[in-house]
Amino acid sequence: MKTIFAKSVPGRKGVWPEEPEGQITDFIPENLLRENLPALPEQSELDVVRHFTLLSRRNFGVDSNFYPLGSCTMKYNPKFMEDIANLSGFTDLHPLVPQLRGAGHYTQGALEVLYETEKLLCEITGMDAFTLQPLAGAHGELTGVMLMAAYHNYKGNKKTKIIVPDSAHGTNPASAAIAGYEVVSIESRDGIIDPQALKDALDDEVAGLMMTCPNTLGLFERHLREIVELVHSVDGLLYYDGANLNAILGKMRVGDVGFDVVHLNLHKTFGTPHGGGGPGSGPVGVNKKLEPFLPISRVVKLEDGQFFLDYDYPFSIGYIAPFYGNFGVILKAYAYILRLGREGLIRVSENAVLAANYLRKKLEDYLHIPYNRTCAHAMHEFVASAVKQAQKGVRALDIAKALLDKGHHAPTIYFPLIVKECLMIEPTETESKETLDQFVDDLIEILKIAEENPEAIQEAPVNTPVKRLDEVKAAREMILKEQDM
Amino acid sequence: MPYIPHTHGQQQEMLSTIGVASIDDLFTDIAPELRPKSFDLPEGRSEMQVRSHLEKLAAKNNTNLTTFLGAGFYDHYIPSAIKAILSRSEFYTAYTPYQPEASQGTLQAIFEYQTAMCRLMDMDYANASLYDGGTAIYEAIMMAVRATKRKKIIVSECLSPIYRCMLDCYTTNLHLDLVTVPHKQGLTDIQALMDQIDEHTAAVVVQNPNFFGCINDFTSLFAKARENGALSIISVYALMQSVLKTPGQMGADIAVAEGQSLGLPLSFGGPYLGIMTCKGKLIRQMPGRIVGKTVDKDGREGYVLTLQAREQHIRRQKATSNICSNQSLCALQSLVYVSLLGPEGLKRTAHACIELAHYAAQKLTSINGITILNDQPFANEFTIRLPVSAYAIIDKLVPQGYVPGFPLGRYYQGMENCLLIACTEKRTKQDIGILVELMRGALE
Repeated sequence: MKTIFAKSVPGRKGVWPEEPEGQITDFIPENLLRENLPALPEQSELDVVRHFTLLSRRNFGVDSNFYPLGSCTMKYNPKFMEDIANLSGFTDLHPLVPQLRGAGHYTQGALEVLYETEKLLCEITGMDAFTLQPLAGAHGELTGVMLMAAYHNYKGNKKTKIIVPDSAHGTNPASAAIAGYEVVSIESRDGIIDPQALKDALDDEVAGLMMTCPNTLGLFERHLREIVELVHSVDGLLYYDGANLNAILGKMRVGDVGFDVVHLNLHKTFGTPHGGGGPGSGPVGVNKKLEPFLPISRVVKLEDGQFFLDYDYPFSIGYIAPFYGNFGVILKAYAYILRLGREGLIRVSENAVLAANYLRKKLEDYLHIPYNRTCAHAMHEFVASAVKQAQKGVRALDIAKALLDKGHHAPTIYFPLIVKECLMIEPTETESKETLDQFVDDLIEILKIAEENPEAIQEAPVNTPVKRLDEVKAAREMILKEQDM
Repeated sequence: MPYIPHTHGQQQEMLSTIGVASIDDLFTDIAPELRPKSFDLPEGRSEMQVRSHLEKLAAKNNTNLTTFLGAGFYDHYIPSAIKAILSRSEFYTAYTPYQPEASQGTLQAIFEYQTAMCRLMDMDYANASLYDGGTAIYEAIMMAVRATKRKKIIVSECLSPIYRCMLDCYTTNLHLDLVTVPHKQGLTDIQALMDQIDEHTAAVVVQNPNFFGCINDFTSLFAKARENGALSIISVYALMQSVLKTPGQMGADIAVAEGQSLGLPLSFGGPYLGIMTCKGKLIRQMPGRIVGKTVDKDGREGYVLTLQAREQHIRRQKATSNICSNQSLCALQSLVYVSLLGPEGLKRTAHACIELAHYAAQKLTSINGITILNDQPFANEFTIRLPVSAYAIIDKLVPQGYVPGFPLGRYYQGMENCLLIACTEKRTKQDIGILVELMRGALE
């Protein structure tokens, strides 16, 4: 499809406000102005609406396709949340209004949303305090690691390393490194953390351990209690990556079991849409040990029931975001939690785990399921491997592409790195049994064709707007924008 | 339960397929001593009840204030077509485009966004977005540190104090040498910035228009940086970039912006959009997603995420950044905005804001005791000095429904009497007339 730049017609009128009288040079000298107008699209309103409507039809989304992308929790995004985030009482609110002395009075509704959301997240996770400022999951990780650093600095601990299991999301080691730590990777055993490997890596310079539980294989970390004790024994801190929180809602609270800091992904667990790559929201919860270091501002409730923004926290790490987080996303998550309530949230994890185990059982005769004896059951997702198929030349990538042809988004592939030809499947609680069965039928059919006629699968996809794309060429030629006219 | 489709019968079928008697049996790996000590949450409510609750909270916010607040975040008009397009759930319910054949819509939109941002800034490359304008400056600094292998960062005090607070936070443990060059009566002190540049300097960071509203041409400063092997980083006002001299023209190496002014609502601080663009040689230091054009097996054009060897999911702790989710939908929003307005529409919008701001400045300075902070040209935002504390004026005007501007004393010592005033095309000469009268009254 042509780009909107290629469709541009010089002189065509889009949304043009009235032309003001006079010239810009009446106000600003020419040497401070740009020489030519930017070569942006010149299109009518209809042209623009049609272009983007047609583009949208070249996308899979949860509303149109089953989207079992592992560790991404692509559940249904309830529509009323969109309406709520579009209320003008929220969208038209300038973030600096509450910072004007006395004007916090004019944003009480918004501050209440923040305050109440923090309280709800504390109860859901068992943590003592939350900041909603981090703007995405990885941003939450960075915030969390900075809080750990602040704690150790305050105590005068000389800590230089953070331990990350080899099954972790790439953001974990990246966040630790960006916060100034050396990253120590430990090898998993049977797909979960090996306490002995942890012991070997532990010393007084370890600031903490970053952990995802259930981990990216969908396995519950069965040595959790021992791990917590080991890390705490060197005054290390336990970081919980909330990417997989959907598995344990109401079944375990990370604060209760000894985690010191946690980030959540509101765009995964709490039903806010992912937007094709964001905006997300990555609130961070801490226990009492780390609370003094939380970013400013913090929302405080006064005795008279009024809310205000408090910047007076001398040990705070400071400003992690310009304001109070991705407020529009936080609003949706708040509405989601209120809508589901206690029972509803428990049913989320139960049905997410039910769906994953159901799929795993239905597929276990067709795909290799590694580490299936480590735990009694999978949690909200599981990992399958196409090692058998790969011997015949059909790789995980090929299976993923063939699924697209059947109208399903592919699972996460080649992650976690510790499983060869990996397909990581997360069905979520919102998909019906009919959808799950259809996925199973389609996947089994693909695997059968893979045996008989591997070339057919290697050709996939053929029903998508484009066929398999040449990624090597993209990286080599680096055409990263439309060429200038 | 809401949003869970299984009937009781189906659940039983699924359980028996798995070979367990109950859902509880699926959670036996979580030992009893690990179970929640409490889960004391409110009972669920109907959609109607939740909506009604949120509508009441929304109504507690006063959005009928006529505001002249800007300070980097602006109340511009948002055409209806944007919401219509952004409501396409094929866009908003998709994930990061890991499967390109099923994500051409998102990928082509990002490619077009990258093109639009490069053209707006006159730069070579753009990424698919960062979280906001502040994190974009931080990422730009880290690019410079990696590219130059130096540690000194020279920052103008005229860079948004909000962003400078963020930089302080992010660089706490990184052993960088962050040097802040004071402003001179609201002016960016170009000479003092130049004097700081030396062989240890990784980057010099400025803002245009600066936080006080003043416009500069930084060509000579950037040339000095280049001569010393340092990079030039500029943070700009995205919408105003449609008329102001571009970062590319000035010779900047990295140009960033808060993209909120391009069709995003103020929304109490987010979601916003971090725009990042750079010169060609820096592309491999760029953080975040980047989309490239390629062809499929049949030679048809298509788009993919590219240069992924920079990113965390490949390089882990050696990645250029930890960013994964960005602000993709907000980037799309800004692309739709610039496409709807086009170059002429953007220029007219900027022009209308500039004209109103100059009208406001003229009217306000006709009040006895109010002066403009300096003579430097400005666009749609300017600073006035009052004979009294800016807070005193705000305290009087806000209850009357007018937010006259941002009190600079909040972040700058000695500027307690200064007020930063922004005009957008949504304000009118009548609004300004009332503001002037209220201000006159407040000063009497």
